Amino acid sequence: MRWSPTEEQDELRRVVRRFLEEKSPATEVRRLMETPEGYEPGVWKQLSQELGLPGVHIPESYGGQGLGFVELGIVLEEMGRALLCAPYFASLALAANAILNAGSEDERRALLPGIAAGETLATLAIAEPNGRWDAGGVALEARRDGSGWRLHGEKSFVVDGVTADLIVVAARVPGSTGRDGLGLYHLRGDASGLARRPLVALDPTRKLARLTFTGARAESLGEVGAAAPALEKTLDQAAALLANEMVGGAQKLLEMTVEYAKTRVQFGRPIGSFQAIKHKCADMLMALELARSSAYYAVACADEAHDELPAVASLAKAQGSDAYLEIAAESIQIHGGLGFTWEQDVHLYFKRAKASEVLLGDPTYHRELLAQRLEI
Amino acid sequence: MGDRMDAESVRREVRAWLETNWNPDQSLVEWRNKLADSGWGCPTWPVEWLGRGLSVSLADVVAEEFERAGAVGTPGGGGMTLAAPTILEHGSDDLKRRLLRPIVTGEDTWCQLFSEPGSGSDLAGLTTRAELSPDGDEYIVNGQKLWSTSAHHARYGMLLARTNWDVPKHRGITYFALEMHQPGVVAKPLKQMNGHASFNEVFLNDARVPVANAIGEVGNGWTVALATLAHERRSFDALRAAARSTRGQGRAYDEQRAEVAEIMAPYTWYPQRAGRADLIVERAKATGRSRDPVVRQEIAKLLSLARATEWTARRAKAARVLGRPPGPEGSLGKLYASDIARACSRVHTLISGSDSLLSGADGPLDGIIAEILVSVPAVSIAGGTDEIQRNIVSERVLGLPKDPQTDAERAFRDVPRNKR
Repeated sequence: MRWSPTEEQDELRRVVRRFLEEKSPATEVRRLMETPEGYEPGVWKQLSQELGLPGVHIPESYGGQGLGFVELGIVLEEMGRALLCAPYFASLALAANAILNAGSEDERRALLPGIAAGETLATLAIAEPNGRWDAGGVALEARRDGSGWRLHGEKSFVVDGVTADLIVVAARVPGSTGRDGLGLYHLRGDASGLARRPLVALDPTRKLARLTFTGARAESLGEVGAAAPALEKTLDQAAALLANEMVGGAQKLLEMTVEYAKTRVQFGRPIGSFQAIKHKCADMLMALELARSSAYYAVACADEAHDELPAVASLAKAQGSDAYLEIAAESIQIHGGLGFTWEQDVHLYFKRAKASEVLLGDPTYHRELLAQRLEI
Repeated sequence: MGDRMDAESVRREVRAWLETNWNPDQSLVEWRNKLADSGWGCPTWPVEWLGRGLSVSLADVVAEEFERAGAVGTPGGGGMTLAAPTILEHGSDDLKRRLLRPIVTGEDTWCQLFSEPGSGSDLAGLTTRAELSPDGDEYIVNGQKLWSTSAHHARYGMLLARTNWDVPKHRGITYFALEMHQPGVVAKPLKQMNGHASFNEVFLNDARVPVANAIGEVGNGWTVALATLAHERRSFDALRAAARSTRGQGRAYDEQRAEVAEIMAPYTWYPQRAGRADLIVERAKATGRSRDPVVRQEIAKLLSLARATEWTARRAKAARVLGRPPGPEGSLGKLYASDIARACSRVHTLISGSDSLLSGADGPLDGIIAEILVSVPAVSIAGGTDEIQRNIVSERVLGLPKDPQTDAERAFRDVPRNKR
């Protein structure tokens, strides 16, 4: 296992950071978060065609760059830092991984090249109004109809669900329960029998949708009835990747806050010279570096298909969530009254931190998973 | 000259030397005098001062050969790890001639006389005074020192004392090699809250130290002290290595085992001080507490903290090996250790429940759990408090401004200090 990035990985980070500093400044984030689609098609086209980012970890045989989860983690970390408004996490961390994990060779060849090229926006619909992120929480039914399937039920908290061209759906055969009878299915976003409603999200920089299926036709992805392992692996990978995205946002917040503490003067001195403030900053750094270590270790485990991935993914998700939220809350505190204003950017990160804490399962849920996975 | 040798020629040479000279049926002092004469005991020291002038990586080769041959090395403890490197760096040739060899042979042990009741975190605010005697040959020392390991049997103390009160605090300190066995020096064990007495208080009443025993210039003691402190972090690792002593038969082995036992005696509670995370899961299962969802949450938090700390250390090490500039991850280990120890203490209590009320033979794990609970508070104080550590991290890593200082630029005599 590598504990330090390669020169190529450092270079990838530099390129993505430079691109996003130019294309996703706070003014753009604020503009896009108010739009219904929540992303800028021109920027998406550039990051697809010029940088090939949607294909970063997709194998070359499916039109991608063939790099790994570590590289995908670097891209997501930088996107988290810039609070990029784009359907990248949904397309790559969720949908592409589900297809890679569950799909047959033919299905991968059919579905992945469009995603890798950035031409197909995809997402994965897992949770339902019950808010569960595990296989057992899936209630939506897939009923056989001739050679295909029809979906009945409701999905919620679907990331970028309204703009997605391709939707991968977790569903079960009627009458099954728990991890049995699960399947993954895919259909076009504009399929008939599918109604999509944008949800009002606490974090306006990441769009969420509710999807209502009333007999929408769908095709199966992989083996029907045995998708639980592929779905769980996808969730683990997504948790590891989200942990990396969170590190990017937390790092940016710490930088903004330390800078503010150096320049804001009260009682005749910079507030950063007061121990009450500087010790808070040291604590933020401690939380950040732990979150970084576990996030990086988790994507390295994903690359090596390491046995530890399930445990480490849950560890990284829980620790990253706690760290990001603590850092966001303390950043507001150190910014004082200004930190509570709409004009200051800290609240944008705070909302992303709060949303990321809950997305894919909150820290308490993941710590229980960790305990189970460590056989405690 | 040693630096130019390659690893294989060093290996051949030390191996041949050990074959001729090492056998366990000699006294420890006799053997270690051979180490001093040959330079193989302290291969990184200069050739003229009992060493061979080898690089650290070549010294590793020497250590491997000693281990292969089962040969006893130089002693553990503060003499080798703290005093000797300080003397080599700052001491006069006279001091090197007199003091180094008995450190290498283990005949002289050393203790540190740095901290005082009135100066803990602010070490440079020490008030032990050393005044020149009327004849000008020696200094007369008065004051009190604290947290001195081994002071009750050490031959010498590394003493910091104030020789000038009319200059700012960092500039009036002198570093001495103080003879401990004299009427003006009284060491008393200091009992800690966990019942152990690993350290001593040392009372200095008209203790005498020759002018020639100043290590470094008079008034330059702070710089010399920083050299000692820089070695301190490594010293406990060296101690632990020494404690993994050989199990062989023979006089030299027997004497070394006795020496290690004496040096290590104060540290039996150190694993408990760190919290004993290794016991958590096994205890939770054995007590059935692992089925409680609250306990499971706390265990998961603790293990996450411990594992991520380990990964952070691996990242820091990897960056070092690659010669990259050190990132922030390298400065946080001590603070993480405090957090881990405190979390362990909390979770052990949660697991043991009412049994946490009991200690000694009545306590869980024959008193080990109780010893954890009453030893953990030391971690965040010893070797620099967490608060000082956070100042260092926020100033040096994050670049935040220093606290305004009120004592650095005026004569120490005018600086407010603790009442005696």
